[in-house]
Amino acid sequence: MSRPDGFEMVVGLEVHTELKTATKLFCGCANRFGAEPNTLICPVCLGLPGSLPVLNERAVELAMAIGFALHCTVSPSTFHRKNYFYPDMPKDYQISQYDQPINVGGYLDLPDGSRVSIERAHMEEDTGKSTHLGGTGRIHGADRSLVDYNRSGVPLVEIVSGPDMTSSAQARAYVSELRGVLIAVGASDGRMEEGSLRVDANVSVRRAGEPLGTRCEIKNLNSLRSVARAIDFEARRQIELIGTGGVVRQETRHWDENDEVTSTLRTKEEAEDYRYFREPDLVDLAPDEAWQERVRATLGPLPAQRRAELAARLDAPTPAQLDAVTTVVDLDLEEYVHAAADAKADAALALSRVVNEVAAGLDGRARLSPGAFTQVVAMEQSGELSATQAKTVLGELLASGGDPAGIAAAHGFERLGEDDLAAMITTLISEHPEEWARYRDGDDKLAQFFVGLVMKATRGQANGKDVTANLESRR
Amino acid sequence: MRTATQIAADVRGGVRRAVDELADAYAAIAARNEELHVFLHLDEAGAATQAGAVDAAVARGDDPGPLAGVPVALKDNLCQRGVPTTASSKILEGWRPPYTATVVERLLGAGAVPVGKTNLDEFAMGSSTENSAFGPTRNPLDPARVPGGSSGGSAAAVAAGMTPVALGSDTGGSIRQPAALCGLVGVKPTYGLVSRYGLIAFASSLDQIGPLTTTVADAALVLEVISGHDPRDSTSLPEPAPTLVAHLGDGVAGLRVGVVSELVEGSDPEVVSAVERAASVLRDAGATLVNLSIPEIRLGLSAYYLIAPAEASSNLARYDGVRYGLRVDAPDVAAMNEATRTVGFGAEVKRRIMLGTYALSAGYYDEYYGQALKVRTRMIEAFALAYQQADLLIGATTPSVAFAFGTKTADPMAMYLNDVFTIPTNLSGDAAVSVPFGTGEADLPIGVQLLGPGRSEARLLAAARVLEIAEGRA
Repeated sequence: MSRPDGFEMVVGLEVHTELKTATKLFCGCANRFGAEPNTLICPVCLGLPGSLPVLNERAVELAMAIGFALHCTVSPSTFHRKNYFYPDMPKDYQISQYDQPINVGGYLDLPDGSRVSIERAHMEEDTGKSTHLGGTGRIHGADRSLVDYNRSGVPLVEIVSGPDMTSSAQARAYVSELRGVLIAVGASDGRMEEGSLRVDANVSVRRAGEPLGTRCEIKNLNSLRSVARAIDFEARRQIELIGTGGVVRQETRHWDENDEVTSTLRTKEEAEDYRYFREPDLVDLAPDEAWQERVRATLGPLPAQRRAELAARLDAPTPAQLDAVTTVVDLDLEEYVHAAADAKADAALALSRVVNEVAAGLDGRARLSPGAFTQVVAMEQSGELSATQAKTVLGELLASGGDPAGIAAAHGFERLGEDDLAAMITTLISEHPEEWARYRDGDDKLAQFFVGLVMKATRGQANGKDVTANLESRR
Repeated sequence: MRTATQIAADVRGGVRRAVDELADAYAAIAARNEELHVFLHLDEAGAATQAGAVDAAVARGDDPGPLAGVPVALKDNLCQRGVPTTASSKILEGWRPPYTATVVERLLGAGAVPVGKTNLDEFAMGSSTENSAFGPTRNPLDPARVPGGSSGGSAAAVAAGMTPVALGSDTGGSIRQPAALCGLVGVKPTYGLVSRYGLIAFASSLDQIGPLTTTVADAALVLEVISGHDPRDSTSLPEPAPTLVAHLGDGVAGLRVGVVSELVEGSDPEVVSAVERAASVLRDAGATLVNLSIPEIRLGLSAYYLIAPAEASSNLARYDGVRYGLRVDAPDVAAMNEATRTVGFGAEVKRRIMLGTYALSAGYYDEYYGQALKVRTRMIEAFALAYQQADLLIGATTPSVAFAFGTKTADPMAMYLNDVFTIPTNLSGDAAVSVPFGTGEADLPIGVQLLGPGRSEARLLAAARVLEIAEGRA
């Protein structure tokens, strides 16, 4: 997206996802977040002398599932050692796939119709987690450092996109869509706040039409908001730097959540030489066709497909409805809309009730059956319930369960009798002759005026459609 | 000294008790351990418990296993739960592993009695045990000379009659070379035949555990127990242990034996003639001799001294003072890592870490490590070709008999050359056996090496048995 100053940004993302396996990548320790520090450890994930890694088959299957979902080619692959010293890495090398990753060359389509290429999605092990006490809270200058190795050896897949994105909004949408895909294939729980999805962003800027600029990598963005803000800050920083005659240096930068700025972690010259070489303790990984097919067969529908299926329930959906479709699929709520549509209820009305009322009461979704939801939509559609009443009934179902008809009855939500409504309208017309004359002369806006009066008089219990119909019949 | 085969038969038959065998072993250890410096740690309590359990099994009428009551010495780079394990390095001093190596579990399961941990060159890097941080081991046959290395302590334990069996590890000859220098049988099994789980890694793609024994039959007996697939080692061969003891009498009739010029060149005259004589013994036993040349063998040393240090530089990174072993405090983590490693590692280990780090570095990888991998591939192909022309190969294990202390320490290349005949088998991943055959200078033993393709242990041991009988041993 070109900016007023003539610059455009180019963004590529590296997304690390922890795989939702029962055990770690190379040992039998539980893969679980939130346990007491250093309780999910063994000789292998502590890298004790003499211990050896054994590859977790389930992790391979989830990695393949990610590859299939991203339209990658699953290839024969190998593991390498990435050597560098860090206290939370027990062997002082990380086992990672290097020049022969399991998944290569795919893409991800975003809801806005854009396509982002996927260069690779490879497997590697996670490190432990350090907590630095005193000083800046980072390793340099800390008084003490504590290390929890529960995360050490947790399986990760790193998904590397092409440098295809041109705005922070697109980058954010990419992460959001990718997260949906990872959840859909059962690879990840998608919990960014627990670090199960971590994003590094490569950002560069250029004047439109020029070759790619020098990129900076921003490490460890742990929320969608951080992804967008960090990219915007970094692009602005680079544009300002170039604008004042400066030169962007290739470097790795840190995103400060509190101050919302990026700062230099290390320059290219300070970059580690990882001395990659083939991991001699593991053998080559070449899933055969049969294994690949078994994994492919277990894949559920992806978010894009689910959105398409949901949108197909609507006649000529508006942009706002398509946004609602995206939200409903993200929240995994589309079964309500499908149930209502299957029962020939109004799908657009159902979508609106789900994206507003049901989404607002997510905690209670277990209490709201698709059948009960369908019933409420049908009652509203038939005029048995007004919009306000329908919202109240849904709220109560989500809060404490029950059946829609019973709740409506308990609230006295009975349809105002036709005669009672007509009598009330007659009275209101006599009280507001001027407005009535204007309505009768063709000013349709005045209909809302009378509907408002009826609602006020009935404390919202009347059905707006019934009122409009009655007014129309008197014209 | 009685052999493992005899001891196990006696203990299983109720003729002798395991606790008495153990007492004999400790008596022999007490007699010479101070002089020879064989053991770094003796696990008397653990050994007594195991021996007692074996005797109890016999008393109940249960079979305590094929190594019932056999005292075994373990190279101190093999982990045994709760027993100090140092790899002869200061950096691991005081560390007690919380788990047991697969080979040790299998020995225990077979009724063997581990008595203690033997000295080695630090992290198995060396050919004389002179690189041990805790002082060298002396050769029981001539205490002025080295026992070889890196499994020098294990070889000395068996040669001094302390235990009939010891386990060693062989990365470039570390079982076969000390076996040769101490007059023992030593086996470097096919890569993957014996699980490496619990072996402190030196160079993972080359390391194999194997036995040192006084007889070929004992080597076969022990190898049967410790080999076979282990799900905890991904490089472990996917098959059960081979049958070896039953094939000991197979002989060599009809086999083609390749006499390889590169496996004797540069050796002492006594060594050359011992190999020639061994070849003629095999011919007399019905084998056909084939003269072969494998020039790639000459490239082995250079490739090995890039590949092994490269892997070692990575394998030894974990000794950083953070989690276990030595820690030398310093103002920050990086300085602590450096101080710990500076104090904790000896000169040879540091030399190899630097060499390996350099060989893997950006800009040098292709020229050094990458090139070495190509040589390794050529070596594998060259041996595969040789094994189309011969069923097994014969050569020397070492160019000379045991040498005196200090004669090669000043010149690393002279020390490295001691492994020139053994290294190729580690690079190719094949099997080899060193068997005592004849004597050389000062009446010290010579080791003849028999080499075979992967999974040829039964054939190699049967051939070694022919040489053993010809020598009037066992």
